[in-house]
Amino acid sequence: MTSALLQVTDLQTRFHTPEGIVHAVNGISFHINEGETVAIVGESGCGKSVSMMSLLKLIPTPPGEISSGTAIYRGTDLLQKSEREMEDIRGKDIAMIFQDPMTSLNPVLTLGRQLTESMREHLGFTKEQAEERAVQMLEQVGIPDARRRINEYPHQFSGGMRQRVMIAMALSCAPSLLIADEPTTALDVTIQAQIVELVARIRESLHMAIIWITHDLGVVAGMADRVIVMYAGFIVEEADVNDLYDSPGHPYTLALLAALPRIDRRRDHHLKSIAGSPPNLLVAPHGCPFAPRCEFVIEKCRQENPPLIQIEKNHSSACWVDVKTGAPR
Amino acid sequence: MSDSNTLVEVKNLKKHFPVTRGIILQRKVGVVRAVDGISFSIQRGETLGMVGESGCGKTTAGRTMLGLYPATDGSVIIDGDDILHARGKDQLKIRRKAQIIFQDPYASLNPRWTVNSIVSEPMRVHKLFATEKERSERAKDLLGMVGLSPHLLNRFPHEFSGGQRQRIGIARALASDPLFIVCDEPISALDVSIQAQVVNLLEKLQDQLSLTYLFVAHDLSMVRHICDRVAVMYLGVIVEIAEQNELYENPLHPYTQALLSAVPVPDPRKERARKRTILVGDVPSPINPPSGCRFHPRCPVAIEKCKDIVPEWREVSPQHWVACHLVN
Amino acid sequence: MNNQTPTLSELADDLITPPLTLWQLGWLRFRRHKMALFGGVILILLFIFAFGGAFLYTEKYANFNDTSQRLLAPSAEHPFGTDSIGRDILARTIYGGQISLFIGLVSVIIETILGIIIGALAGYYGGVIDAILMRITEAMLNIPTIFLLIVMAKFFGGNVPEIEIAGRVFSGSVIVIIVIIGATSWMYLARIVRAEFLSLKENEFILAARATGTSNSQIIFYHILPNTVAPIIVSSTLSVANAILAEAYISFLGLGVMPPTATWGNMLESSAKYLDSAPWLWFFPGMLILLTVLSINFIGDGMRDALDPRSRTI
Repeated sequence: MTSALLQVTDLQTRFHTPEGIVHAVNGISFHINEGETVAIVGESGCGKSVSMMSLLKLIPTPPGEISSGTAIYRGTDLLQKSEREMEDIRGKDIAMIFQDPMTSLNPVLTLGRQLTESMREHLGFTKEQAEERAVQMLEQVGIPDARRRINEYPHQFSGGMRQRVMIAMALSCAPSLLIADEPTTALDVTIQAQIVELVARIRESLHMAIIWITHDLGVVAGMADRVIVMYAGFIVEEADVNDLYDSPGHPYTLALLAALPRIDRRRDHHLKSIAGSPPNLLVAPHGCPFAPRCEFVIEKCRQENPPLIQIEKNHSSACWVDVKTGAPR
Repeated sequence: MSDSNTLVEVKNLKKHFPVTRGIILQRKVGVVRAVDGISFSIQRGETLGMVGESGCGKTTAGRTMLGLYPATDGSVIIDGDDILHARGKDQLKIRRKAQIIFQDPYASLNPRWTVNSIVSEPMRVHKLFATEKERSERAKDLLGMVGLSPHLLNRFPHEFSGGQRQRIGIARALASDPLFIVCDEPISALDVSIQAQVVNLLEKLQDQLSLTYLFVAHDLSMVRHICDRVAVMYLGVIVEIAEQNELYENPLHPYTQALLSAVPVPDPRKERARKRTILVGDVPSPINPPSGCRFHPRCPVAIEKCKDIVPEWREVSPQHWVACHLVN
Repeated sequence: MNNQTPTLSELADDLITPPLTLWQLGWLRFRRHKMALFGGVILILLFIFAFGGAFLYTEKYANFNDTSQRLLAPSAEHPFGTDSIGRDILARTIYGGQISLFIGLVSVIIETILGIIIGALAGYYGGVIDAILMRITEAMLNIPTIFLLIVMAKFFGGNVPEIEIAGRVFSGSVIVIIVIIGATSWMYLARIVRAEFLSLKENEFILAARATGTSNSQIIFYHILPNTVAPIIVSSTLSVANAILAEAYISFLGLGVMPPTATWGNMLESSAKYLDSAPWLWFFPGMLILLTVLSINFIGDGMRDALDPRSRTI
C-alpha cells in the first residue's frame, strides 16, 4: 500500500525495569489508510496501548525504549522526530483519546480553556474564534447548552459527558488520524452505545482514520473496517472485519471468539475457556507466544515463532497450522 | 410465595446512605436511596442474575442482603432464618450458609495472609474441624476443587495472577460449606480468556455442590449464559424479573429493551443490521430520584402518567414480573 | 460436558512471581537505598559504641570526678577531654548514649501503643468514637510539644526517688522523661493509623471476613493491623530520632534526666557555659545526637519506600 496514511514497520518497544526487560511490543508492522477504521484487539498486557503510545512518542524513556522500527506518517518517520516536532503533530494531525476521561482533563481549568488551548496553539485562532469553534465542537458531540457549559469544570460533567468532551477536544483541530484507547471501557453499555454512535457519525462527516484499541470483540464488530489481533506484543492476525469473524485464521482469535458468551443465543454449551494465562513478558519470547495455551500446537510452534503470512486476500495470520484443517501449513 | 424450594426470600429490602455535613454535630442533609425496596426470591440450585448500570444499587443490594451494610428496612430469609435480624450465635449460624465472592481480585484477599490462612478462616470462625492440620487438609482439597495446585497453600496473594486470585476467593467462599453465594461482579475485572475459566468453574461447582447463586453483573451476555432468571435494576428498584430466555427474547420494560439493544454482538453482519434504542442522557442521581416511574426522564415511550404515578409491580405472564404503565 | 474434572492443562498453576514474602521484597528494595544502608551501618556502630563501650569503662569511672582534672582538652588519657568537674567525657558519652538510646526506644514503644490503640479505635468504629478521639488528638497537636514537655517535666519531675535496675542506679527522672515523651508524641501516629484503618476497612477482604462472621477484634488485630505495620514501622523509626531530640531539649533546659546519670542531652546542658572555652564539652555529645538522628532518618526514608504496600515490584 503506497497510499497508506501511516505505515508502521518492525516497531519494537521495551521497558527496562529492576526485574528485567519487559518485552512489550516485539516488532509489529501494520498500516492504516486515509479514512479507514482499524481496531486493535487484545487482552491487558498484549502491547496494544504501548504500541500506539510509542508511535506518538508518549512512552517515558527511561524506563521505556523504542528499540527499533519506523512509523511513516505522510512521508516522514514519526520516530525520528524531535519532541518539539511531535508536539506539533500530536493533537493537530494525530489525536488521542483515553480510557479514563477523568484523569485526561485538568480538574482546575474550565472546559473552554482546555478546549481552546490547542486550537490557539496549532491553528493560530484568536480567543473568540477558538471559543466559537469549541462551542460548535461540543454541540457536534451532543452536549446540550454548550455555550453555557463551556465555562464549567470537568467534575460538573458525568463520565459519558466527559468522554464526549474528550472527543470534542481531540477533533478540534480536525486530525487525520484519531487513536482511541479503550474509550468506552469505563462506561456503561447504554453510554457506550451513545459514544460508538457518535464516533461513527463524526467519522463520516470528517473522513478521518481511526485506530480503536479495545478488548471488546462486540464493539469491534460494529465499527471496524479491519481488525488487528495482538497477543504478548505480537500481531497474530489481521483481517477485514467480516473475514475475521467468519473464518478466524489464528487459534487465539478462534479461542477468544469461542470464549465469549452471546447475548443473541440461548445457552446451549459450556464456554470454551483458554487454559493458562498470558505469558510473562519478562521472559524473552521463544517460539510462538501462544503455544503453551494452544489446542492446535505442533512441535515447530515451540521452536520457531511463526511470521505473519497472508492466508487469503487481505487476511494474514501468524500460525504454523491451518486452523480449518488442523494440518501444518 | 415461599415454599420449601425457596432458599432465599428478600422482602422490601432498603438501604439508604445518609449524606452528612459537619464534624461533631453531624447534620443529615440528604439520603442516597441506593436500594429502595426490592423483593424477590431465589429457588434452591438456581442462579438469579442481577443486572443494571453502575449506580443502580445492584452491588449494594447483594452486600446488604448478607448484612455487610446495615439494612434500612426489610428482611432477608435464607434457608428459613432471617439473617438481618439474628444476633450473636444465631447470626453466625446463618452466615455459614451464605457467602460472597468479590469483584476485585487484588482487594479481596488480605495481602499479609497466606493462601492457607485465607481459605481456612471461615473454618476457624465456624469452628469446623478440631485442629489446624485438618483445616489445612480441607484447604488443600478446596484448592484442588477450584483448579489450583495444593502445593501453593503457603504462598501469598501477590504471587498469583488475577484469575488465580479469583479462584482463591472462590475457595474461601466454599470453605464453610455454604448453600448460597453472592457473586459480586466476579469476572468483570478479568481478561476475556480468563473470564470463561472462572465462569465454567462456577458452573461446575454449582453442579457438584448444589449451590444457589445471586450473580451480580453488568455484562448482559455473560448473565444470559450463566443465569436461570434475571432481575433488572434501575436506580435502586427492580423494574423487571423473568426467566432468562423470556427476558432476553421478550423484554417488556423499556429500560430492559434499551439495555439489551445497547449490548454489542461479536458478529459484524448482525451488529450492523441491528436496530438500537439509544437512550438519551445519564442515570439521574439516587439522592433525588425522579418522581413516578424512575425511568421516565430517559424513557423513549413515557406518557404523562409515568411522571406522577409509580407503576405497579405485577406478574404479566407466569414468572414474568414488570413495573411499567405501558405493559398490558 | 458437565461435571468435567479438571485436566492438568486446566490447572492454573504457573505462578508469575518467585516465592518471596513481602518482607523479602521489602529487603530487596531497601538494599537499593544507599543512604539507608549507610544509616543502618552508622546506627549499628553507635549501638556498639554505647553498649560495647561499657566493657572499656565502668559506670563508676564515668561518674568519678577529679577536680584536679577539670576542663582538660582531648588527650591520650582522656580522648574526648574532661568536663567542668573533671569527669571523663568519653566514658560519659558511652553511658549517656545508653540512656539516650534507651529513652528513645522505650518512649517510642509507649507512643506506638497509644497511637495504635487510639488510631485503630477511631478509624475502625468511626462515628462518635472517632469524633471524640480525633478532637482530643487535635487538641494535643495544637499545643506546642516543647511547651507540653516543659510543663509536664516541671510538674512530674523534681524529687523522684532513684531506682535500681540490674545492679545499676538510675535517676528516677529517666522513667518520668520516657513517659512524658511517649505521652506527648503519639498524635501523628494515631492519625496515620486512623487513616490506614479508614481505607483498609473498606477493602473487600474485610467485607469477606465480616461475611464469614469474623469478630471485630479479630478483624482489627489479625486482618487490618498487619497491613498497617509498614507505615507504623516507618513512623516509629522516625519517632526514635524525635524522642532522642526531645530528651536533649528538656535536659538542655535542666528539666530532664538529673545528674549524676549522664545523657547526651544533659551533657550538652552542662557545656552551655563553656561554649567557647571548652568546645569538646558539647562537640562529642552533640555530634553523637546528630549522627543518631540523621542515620535513623535515612533508615526511615529507605523503609518508607521498601515497605510501600502499593508497590508490587522488586
